[in-house]
Amino acid sequence: MGKLTAAYDKFVDFLLKYKKIILPLFLMVLVLVPIVIPDQYVIRVLCLIGIYCMLTLSLNLIAGYMGQTSMGHAALYMMGAYFSGLLGSKFGWPFWITLIFGIIGGAIGGLILGLATMKLSASYLAVITLAFGEVMEAVVLNWTSVTNGPLGVRNIPRPNLFGWELTPTNGGFYWLMLVLVIVAVLVSKSVVESKFGRAVRAIKEDELAAKLMGVHTAAYKVKTIVLSGAMAGMAGAFYASMNRYIDAATFSFDISMTILCIVIFGGLGSIPGMIVGSTILIAFPEVLRSFADYRYVVYGLLLILMMRFRPQGLLGGLSRRPYKLPAGVVRPGEKTDGDEGKQVK
Amino acid sequence: MILEQILNGIMLGMVYALIAVGYSLVFGILRLLNMAHGAIYAFGAHMALLIVSMNFGLPAAFVFAILTTGILSVAMDRIILAPLRAKNAPNITALISVMGVSYIIQNMLMIVFDSTKKTFPKLFDFGNVEIFGVTLTSTQISMFLIALAFLALLTFIVNFTKVGLAMRASRENPKAANMMGIDVRKIVTFTFFISGMCAAVAGVLVSGYYQMVYSTMGTEAGLKGFSAAVLGGIGMLHGSVIGGVIIGIAESLAVTFLGGSFRSATAYIVLFIVLLIRPSGLFGKDNVEKV
Repeated sequence: MGKLTAAYDKFVDFLLKYKKIILPLFLMVLVLVPIVIPDQYVIRVLCLIGIYCMLTLSLNLIAGYMGQTSMGHAALYMMGAYFSGLLGSKFGWPFWITLIFGIIGGAIGGLILGLATMKLSASYLAVITLAFGEVMEAVVLNWTSVTNGPLGVRNIPRPNLFGWELTPTNGGFYWLMLVLVIVAVLVSKSVVESKFGRAVRAIKEDELAAKLMGVHTAAYKVKTIVLSGAMAGMAGAFYASMNRYIDAATFSFDISMTILCIVIFGGLGSIPGMIVGSTILIAFPEVLRSFADYRYVVYGLLLILMMRFRPQGLLGGLSRRPYKLPAGVVRPGEKTDGDEGKQVK
Repeated sequence: MILEQILNGIMLGMVYALIAVGYSLVFGILRLLNMAHGAIYAFGAHMALLIVSMNFGLPAAFVFAILTTGILSVAMDRIILAPLRAKNAPNITALISVMGVSYIIQNMLMIVFDSTKKTFPKLFDFGNVEIFGVTLTSTQISMFLIALAFLALLTFIVNFTKVGLAMRASRENPKAANMMGIDVRKIVTFTFFISGMCAAVAGVLVSGYYQMVYSTMGTEAGLKGFSAAVLGGIGMLHGSVIGGVIIGIAESLAVTFLGGSFRSATAYIVLFIVLLIRPSGLFGKDNVEKV
């Protein structure tokens, strides 16, 4: 086992080293997929993977950086899908506007969740989010006049770009998914590398200490959950338009669990981890479709083995890259040419 | 009308209490939310179904379900959780592993017993009983009495026996308990057995009440028992019982006054409100943060 993990670590290091070449190449391959493989099933699975990338990146903000667990993330996803889907199907609004409302819908869900949980800590937050997920599902099921209850929302419009209708068949949806995932990645990255991100990570390390250092923990918690909700809402709006039909059963507790499992599988706090994790865990049941009955058993085994042998997730864990110091700061034991004793401001 | 619904709620609530106790026991010692509890409960119900379908009768089914489910629960701890504890892995790894177990159990049930709803015989049938002018079916009464008997047995074990003392000691401080000569590993095994037993009994009772068994029955029951445990303050036995009864009553009142579609949401609405007011549950001890 030790040899295997060492080889794996080496492989990851190699990827990180040549990131600047591999990443654009990889992106180019991704863009070309619908032209090379115009198979609708493959495209659909890839779009699902994209949706889960957005969802896990969104949960990663809460779970990976803030160290809180959400067991009701499907509720935020659902709010995005319903806000966007209902506006599109009832009023015929174009996708690009309903997408924005979907994002707002997810953010509103996040705000409710954030305000309800800002004073609570880890385990209880998990429970509240679980309860929130179930309550939202009940609201959608029972508020028939607006949400159409268990019948769901039909005829959600497809996005239209200057007269060109994006569908899964012509690859338009796939490219839209790529754009949205890239947006989600960039947002995650910019959040993590800002003052905001440092404050949030301080909450994860030690909430009390963060508070004593002057971090307004409650406000940061709410803001993070709102941002995470907005991102989940975006995924929801995309799903609604892709599937053209949504109902409450689509966004069940199982979805929340799947999202959480992928986040931990991919590695808490790692953005590439989310993408790799989604790809493996979503493609996995599809690949195993011939063993249809056994695929979730294998899925369960995979999670257990993962936790046993690599609990930090595929790409998680501490980075082994040296921390980038500001110019002029010298590491202990490291010599610089000539200017020893230089004062660091 | 209201009285009838409250009584109905108490009957059903006792079963939720039984499930909740299973969560609480494990959480008390390991600080682990045992998310596989729902699947274990479904497993118990299916084991009973197996024996019933072979015409051995309900009492035999009870015993068989308790034993097999208890063993399954212990095996889960020994094979999957114990190595994680030995490695001192963070709590979340155990949580995810347990979810993995839940997937495996649920889907194995689906494969072995197929995913249709199967009928289960009524619990002991001795006609209807009238209390305070409210008619209760024999199924409800026997469900209530059996659940009550098991809860009483558990309370006795935890509070008045040597094993119970060791369990309480391990809950307070596993390290200190170990130094006092308590084999904490054995206590954990025992706790998992008891927790599995509670799940099995609850599974059989609920299957008898609704007269059906299906492979995904654990999800909803598990979540409800979980909410009941948190509502009462997770880790507290009496809290779980009261939490279970409150959720049972709230549910049957909601079905009467708001309609059947609110059945499953009520538990969570109650939970949501209680946690907003008392974040550690009704009987939970407030956690004092230490610097």
